[in-house]
Amino acid sequence: MTIASADPGGKISLRAWLADETPKSRTQAFLANLWRGVVALCSNPVAFGGLAVVLAIVLVAALAPLFAFGISPIEQDLAHRLAPPSPTHWFGTDELGRDIYARTVYGARVTLTIVVLVSVIVVPIGLTVGTAAGYLGGIVDTVLMRITDIFLAFPRLILALAFASALGAGLRNAVIAIALTAWPPYARLARAETITIARSDYIAAVVLQGASTPRILLRHVVPLCLSSVIVRLTLDMAGIILTAAGLGFLGLGQQPPTPEWGAMVSSGRDLILDQWWVATIPGLAIFVASLGFNLLGDGLRDVFDPKAA
Amino acid sequence: MSIPDTIAAPLPEPGPPLPAARRPAPSPARAAWRVARQAGAFIASLALTFLGLTCVTFVIGRFIPADPVLAVVGDRATREVYDKARLDMGLDRSIPEQYFIYLKKVLSGDFGHSVITSQPVLYDLMRFFPATFELATIATIIGVAVGIPAGVAAGANRGRWPDHTIRIVGLFGYSMPVFWLGLVGLFVFYGRLGWVSGPGRLDVFYEDILEPRTGVILIDSALAGEWGIFWNAFGHLILPAAILGYIALAYIARMTRSFMIDQLSQEYVTAALIKGRSFRGVVWGHAFPNILVPLITVIGLAYAGFLEGAVLTETVFAWPGLGRYITQSLFNADMNAVLGGTLVVGAVFIGINLSCDFLYKVADPRLRAP
Repeated sequence: MTIASADPGGKISLRAWLADETPKSRTQAFLANLWRGVVALCSNPVAFGGLAVVLAIVLVAALAPLFAFGISPIEQDLAHRLAPPSPTHWFGTDELGRDIYARTVYGARVTLTIVVLVSVIVVPIGLTVGTAAGYLGGIVDTVLMRITDIFLAFPRLILALAFASALGAGLRNAVIAIALTAWPPYARLARAETITIARSDYIAAVVLQGASTPRILLRHVVPLCLSSVIVRLTLDMAGIILTAAGLGFLGLGQQPPTPEWGAMVSSGRDLILDQWWVATIPGLAIFVASLGFNLLGDGLRDVFDPKAA
Repeated sequence: MSIPDTIAAPLPEPGPPLPAARRPAPSPARAAWRVARQAGAFIASLALTFLGLTCVTFVIGRFIPADPVLAVVGDRATREVYDKARLDMGLDRSIPEQYFIYLKKVLSGDFGHSVITSQPVLYDLMRFFPATFELATIATIIGVAVGIPAGVAAGANRGRWPDHTIRIVGLFGYSMPVFWLGLVGLFVFYGRLGWVSGPGRLDVFYEDILEPRTGVILIDSALAGEWGIFWNAFGHLILPAAILGYIALAYIARMTRSFMIDQLSQEYVTAALIKGRSFRGVVWGHAFPNILVPLITVIGLAYAGFLEGAVLTETVFAWPGLGRYITQSLFNADMNAVLGGTLVVGAVFIGINLSCDFLYKVADPRLRAP
């Protein structure tokens, strides 16, 4: 494989190199595709708004100590418990005198961790099951799709609840519980894509060249399924955040004292009538994160899959 | 490995033009047979999905706790008690045998006893179900009553302000954590404005006056002519129902919009407009009847979804329904109740889901495969 042989070298600008209609190498073609996607995404106001929110959350999570101005999210200050929002405590303090602003900032870490871990588990499972079912067909297809349908028919939160309660509370188990209930739509999507891809000429050509089934699936089918899977994943992430927050709210997510948005709302539940900020602020954070992913997903779909919009 | 026949297949011979397809209308007997066959397939898939559900609950109940016997007798039990419990639970048998015993029990409605209420789990579930049913039904009615007109308006005005407004309202609905919305709703409408009643189904004052007939307080009180209780129950119900209804509205409006756009791009719409029918007339008279059929599925899904979405709402509003029963059992490590509840909610969910699929196929002539 050649690596970007077409050297921009000052004469051709990077932008022209990316916009080249006849890419000289695979890398160039890949980067050019990526560039076109980014341009399309940024010219769609909805997607751009979503992207901005998501990037902001990622930034806040990555640099949490900086954004929290060095305030500890777990340090208790019982003398100043349940203080209303003020210049010293922007979002007030909770029932143990912890700064809600700092806790909200650190809470982004837990939420993003869950989203990333669930995606990393769910996408490979969905792709494996879906492409195998779609490509191999026959009895494999029937069995795999029946299993998928069974999981798809389950009420998601209840099943996650049962799993989380059986496995015990905690971040790892919450991730497993959500992943176990989240993979079936990806399998269905990948299968639908695979069925159309499997009929195409270039797959027949690869078969004639003697490629093994795993190689065909991995190198020639999966890459083509990826774009629709990613769009779906972005739309799904909002749902994952809400399910995770729901589990946290019920006490089955990340355990205290680590700040988790759902659990923070839960701790403010009995105080809602007098100290509204304890529950309201972290809930707002969940809402913003989820809205960001929804906007991004909506925009991505508008850009890459105009038919479904 | 078979080669896809796109390469090998010869081009079809250009024969004489085929006569216009004119299939004879199917005889009533054949039509009945087709529905019966679809019903058979429906029941088979229902049974299969239900079996899958019992497999999952069996696995959760049997394998995930480190030692199911310890979970029942506690870690201070003597050796004899432990062994007896183990035998009683049938844990000395093979796994498939255990599963069949479990399945037999479930099918006869035996989910074991709840540790907290010490009643049979099925009895508890029947007692808690009406509250969930009441909440879910009112919420669905709200979602349908607002969501469908909103979706039609958005679809008919694609790209203009009604569309954008409804899209934003919908996106907000998708993104709100329902438990948080419930808390904020309580804070604003109960705490500050005092427009609605607080958590629970009735004020303490009214509790236990009513003879439960159906368990649905609105119906029971209306039947008994106790309008004071009726309005009190309504005040308690309206906020959680409106919040769930909003979530349903977001979903229903979005789907209605996309169905509507799909229909309005069809040629019959253009034809009706050319004939001189007003746009409003075309939307409601021609396009709307066509989207009703797929809407059945959407509404059914939303309704089924409430049986689970209600878990969080019921927790926030201290609503004595299924979801609250399951979560409370969960925190008291009452596995029988949790798994029984999961199974029942799952079964209802699957039932509604698949029934809608089935109805959809029966109601839409285009989907009846010849």
